[in-house]
Amino acid sequence: MADKILYLSVLITLLSVAITLVRFIKGPSVLDRIVAFDTASIIAISLIVVLSHMLKRFIYVDVALVYGLLSFIGVLVVARYYERGL
Amino acid sequence: METAGAIVILLGSLIFFLSSLGLIRMPDVYNRIQTGTKATTLGTMVTLMGIALYHPDWVPKLIILILFIVLTNPVSSHVVARAAHSSGAKMSERTIEDKLKQAGEE
Repeated sequence: MADKILYLSVLITLLSVAITLVRFIKGPSVLDRIVAFDTASIIAISLIVVLSHMLKRFIYVDVALVYGLLSFIGVLVVARYYERGL
Repeated sequence: METAGAIVILLGSLIFFLSSLGLIRMPDVYNRIQTGTKATTLGTMVTLMGIALYHPDWVPKLIILILFIVLTNPVSSHVVARAAHSSGAKMSERTIEDKLKQAGEE
């Protein structure tokens, strides 16, 4: 029962990443693409944590932490570069 | 306890789905920043709380991850909104007033 609900929630999360990817491809300006990348990377953090529960590996939570740090720095750098402040 | 954790994770994934749906439907960069950042902060918090119901011994690292998300997510949204305003991104037609532009003109 719990496993089926977990698979369903992973499926819904993957579907929302796919919808975010539509905005990433279609977005009229660069900033729309930056926002879509930010949203997709935050969704991916929680997806990595759910994956670490499903595979029973505690070390993957550290991977989620490092991924969040790197995507945060990436969004910051691209937005500041677009503003011509870097 | 396992079923409760799975239901909480399902709630978080539904919040993610609503957030990405708002990213498609909103007319404007600024509105997309709102729906893309605030709703995913809530969704990440709810999903990690569901994982904490499964594994009580993972709680300290999950609290570190939640604090990290809560601290860094508004910063990135603010930087993107500032870049949008200073590079002159168009607002939607239904936006009534722009206080930051009025403050710059005075």
